[in-house]
Amino acid sequence: MPSLRREDVAHVAKLARLTMSEAELDKFTEQLGQVLEHASDMNALDLDGVIATAHPFGLINVVREDVRLPSLDHDVVIAMAPDAEDGRFAVPRILGEAP
Amino acid sequence: MRTVRQTALDVQSGDASALSVLEESLAAIRARNDDLNVFLYVDEEGARAAASAVDERVARGENVGALAGVPVALKDNLCQTDIPTTCSSKILEGWRPPYNATVVDRLLLAGAVPVGKTNLDEFAMGSSTENSAFGPTKNPLDTTRVPGGSSGGSAAAVAADMTPLALGSDTGGSIRQPAALCGLIGVKPTYGLVSRYGLIAFASSLDQIGPLTTTVGDAAMALEAIAGHDPLDSTSLPEPSPSLVAHVDDGVAGKRVGVVRELIDGADEEVVAAVERAIAVLKDAGATIVELSVPEFRLGLSAYYLIAPAEASSNLARFDGVRYGLRVDAGDVTAMMEATRTAGFGEEVKRRIMLGTYALSAGYYDAYYGQALKVRTLTIEAFRRAYREADLLIGATTPSVAFEFGSKTADPMAMYLSDVFTIPSNLSGEPAISVPFGTGEAGLPIGVQLLGPGRSEAQLFAGARVLEIADGRP
Repeated sequence: MPSLRREDVAHVAKLARLTMSEAELDKFTEQLGQVLEHASDMNALDLDGVIATAHPFGLINVVREDVRLPSLDHDVVIAMAPDAEDGRFAVPRILGEAP
Repeated sequence: MRTVRQTALDVQSGDASALSVLEESLAAIRARNDDLNVFLYVDEEGARAAASAVDERVARGENVGALAGVPVALKDNLCQTDIPTTCSSKILEGWRPPYNATVVDRLLLAGAVPVGKTNLDEFAMGSSTENSAFGPTKNPLDTTRVPGGSSGGSAAAVAADMTPLALGSDTGGSIRQPAALCGLIGVKPTYGLVSRYGLIAFASSLDQIGPLTTTVGDAAMALEAIAGHDPLDSTSLPEPSPSLVAHVDDGVAGKRVGVVRELIDGADEEVVAAVERAIAVLKDAGATIVELSVPEFRLGLSAYYLIAPAEASSNLARFDGVRYGLRVDAGDVTAMMEATRTAGFGEEVKRRIMLGTYALSAGYYDAYYGQALKVRTLTIEAFRRAYREADLLIGATTPSVAFEFGSKTADPMAMYLSDVFTIPSNLSGEPAISVPFGTGEAGLPIGVQLLGPGRSEAQLFAGARVLEIADGRP
């Protein structure tokens, strides 16, 4: 298995939308490395031909009839948002300033 | 404090009012909550209204349900309408859900009285409740020690006689481990038996809700009340709630009990000795003992600590400051999301999100997540083989009795290892129960674990009951 580098941790933090201080990067590189090293015991196994299990029992989704039922009230849901406008979730600017 | 069973009998018969039972519970909470930090929120007003409603129905001669007047503590990752639900995280501080989790509706339907929300490791990630953003919970049996986790607050509520029943959630042992450390019964049901609608997800292919109680019979009553198909959870098994209470005294005569070395070896000597004594008790009760070795269980920890973080990294992506919870303003939308998540999540949650994101990222997916899913298959097949030779399995719940605060916080791997015996059942989706059996260091309780194939809860309760009686709790 590949070993974990500090730049990998910095990259993953970016993917996960987390800001890491230099000290946190050092700590996480060491700690996550230990967990991954422990996981390397799986490498000793011959797993060729083993089918991956994403779910116990191979459950299939249990779906109900496709009919309209009451759901959460729109106003109640919007009221939970940190910011809303005209019945919609409001977020800060998505695109940069116009040139 | 009365048991669940006694409370329900007293309230149903009119010997005690639900309100008076509730007031005892609230008094117990007031007396010790400041010290123990068990409840993050106590809904005195709502609980009094629910208890009064039960009393009125009793007065009218109506059937008030199997859990009539039973005060219940809810782990704070279970949604209850208009009651603050935090997952012990700053990112959800102050949020009030607009709906009830299905288990809350089922409890209310059975006449139970939800009294409040209990502390947990943030987003149920931890084994000591030290990862809560709102401070750790103390073990009521020894306040220098952890109550276990992540359902540590729920376990402490029952152990401190605040409520006779609490619900927790178990992703890698989070019901069974705190039950063991606090001297309680803790049940991780079959995956899909209890609806998870309204449980804030940690790792969706592993999470299950279950009860913590002081007696096996109480746990069976509680599970019967909350189990059964729910159309709101697409992973819910399509069957009604099984009959459990009726089978609690079935015993283990003629049953084959598999002794799994991998679920015992490595535990402290006193824990191993307790399991050995439990095996002897089951043998005396007529069970056949079968020695088994299941080496695949040793790999479970590695697989779990990739699968659970991978699912968590995906589940926790929804906390982005847009629809609910914390928002920290910063420049554009991406900066806002990053600032919100950085400020809102605690260290352990960040560690798991990072681990999961890495395991799922391009270039590493096959080496880590893909391998882990294959090891999960091996674990499930190993269980299947074991159940050809045994009807149920026995092992330890935890490697040690309750440990002291701070003893594992600096070393995440040491903390993760406290889940080594409980994880296999989560990977296989099969049920397991922890039952107190004997005591160890400083008189602290030891938990023995019984495991069984899918939907074998009745058999596990019967086995646990045999151990409960032998341990002096007839």
